[in-house]
Amino acid sequence: MKLDTTGLEMAAPLWGSHSELVDGFSAAPSFELPITTDFDGFQKEAVQMVKPAKGTTTLAFIFKEGVMVAADSRASMGGYISSQSVKKIIEINPYMLGTMAGGAADCQFWHRNLGIKCRLHELANKRRISVTGASKLLANILYSYRGMGLSVGTMIAGWDETGPGLYYVDSEGGRLKGMRFSVGSGSPYAYGVLDNGYRYDMSVEEAAELARRAIYHATFRDGASGGVASVYYVGPNGWKKLSGDDVGELHYKYYPVMPSMVEQAMVEVAGA
Amino acid sequence: MTKQQANWSPYDNNGGSCVAIAGADYCVIAADTRMSTGYNILTREYSKICKLADKCVMASSGFQADVKALQKQLAARHLIYQHQHNKQMSCPAMAQLLSNTLYYKRFFPYYSFNVLGGLDNEGKGCVFTYDAVGSYEKVGYSSQGSGSTLITPFLDNQLKSPSPLLLSVQDAVTPLVEAEAIDLVKTVFASASERDIYTGDKIEIVVVNATGIRREYMELRKD
Repeated sequence: MKLDTTGLEMAAPLWGSHSELVDGFSAAPSFELPITTDFDGFQKEAVQMVKPAKGTTTLAFIFKEGVMVAADSRASMGGYISSQSVKKIIEINPYMLGTMAGGAADCQFWHRNLGIKCRLHELANKRRISVTGASKLLANILYSYRGMGLSVGTMIAGWDETGPGLYYVDSEGGRLKGMRFSVGSGSPYAYGVLDNGYRYDMSVEEAAELARRAIYHATFRDGASGGVASVYYVGPNGWKKLSGDDVGELHYKYYPVMPSMVEQAMVEVAGA
Repeated sequence: MTKQQANWSPYDNNGGSCVAIAGADYCVIAADTRMSTGYNILTREYSKICKLADKCVMASSGFQADVKALQKQLAARHLIYQHQHNKQMSCPAMAQLLSNTLYYKRFFPYYSFNVLGGLDNEGKGCVFTYDAVGSYEKVGYSSQGSGSTLITPFLDNQLKSPSPLLLSVQDAVTPLVEAEAIDLVKTVFASASERDIYTGDKIEIVVVNATGIRREYMELRKD
């Protein structure tokens, strides 16, 4: 099986001649594979040890003004919350964002790799890469590792010459173009709110509020989502972070506690 | 014919816990010194902490053979960096190197749960926390290892600061002074060794600040 390793540094430079020309991006594969009779079983066990954080809610949608991207920030390992401050919206370059769902290390590494590839494309072709092209690069890499246990469910959102672009890419090798996506264990809840409130001609503030609410509602009902709801906007001048709100505080903002009428107050009894 | 199962695993867990706390101008990294396998203690005096660069220290728990291999790999890459760039690697640079090194073994992982601590280029404390395959995050404090589920809630209670993802980005470093942070670390390990069988014997505490790196020890329960 030919793995696409064009983005990886060679392990070889450590012993061979370390010439500047060959530095980093050459043909020889460099992922070591364990020598075992049962590769799949071994991978299954290794995956158990790594326990990818699938619990998450991310969403993105295209509207009149551009693309809105939002995500929660909780990472869970089984029932344990390993972090409440994970950056699930990854800045690939100043005009493209990627979202993270599935294995945290897989998403971080391959998004960084995609950023490198996009930059190389810019240098080689003297123009920015399109969202279509970037998502295809990522999808092809993930397809070549299909079946090996990578867990990536990502959305690539950006603004290129053709306008706003949004693609869903996953580790099964799937790549879909669309206007609205939500990925993760909290996605059914987010879809409910998002689909209900979506209109193509919204203003940036309305779209941001819709995205924020959708994430909030997903974190409310899904135990594996929580932390901080981050909202980013991608426009013709690149992306901008619009807000990051703790979902606990959002709850009380949307549903403030009303002081209730007390019928009978307790009175201090003197002495006794 | 039934599938053949391996009756040997390349991995083992040697237990132990590590903690790191970042301050305004210092960083405290600590780990216990007990190395176990199953219910046996192999040694009471094993160091899980490794100095990777002038201002960068790593503590790792998990499978110590993989940890040793990882430390050697990082030291070698750091040496190459020094030859090529004529300077030491900064802590954030080492953090990304560690992440990539872990991910290159994505299909046969290092069973190593790491925390990296040190000073960044401006002299502020920074702590990076990792999972076994390289996903990492800059945080104000972190704990890994067998006692981490006991230690982390306590650190959250004492040190938790507003999330770095909130829009007005706030510093994750703790307002505690160095002596208070060291005291906190000692308290935390004392509690962890009460309830975690794999944590105990001694704590090795490494402090990185502007004057350099210093090491101190504290005795823990030996049972």
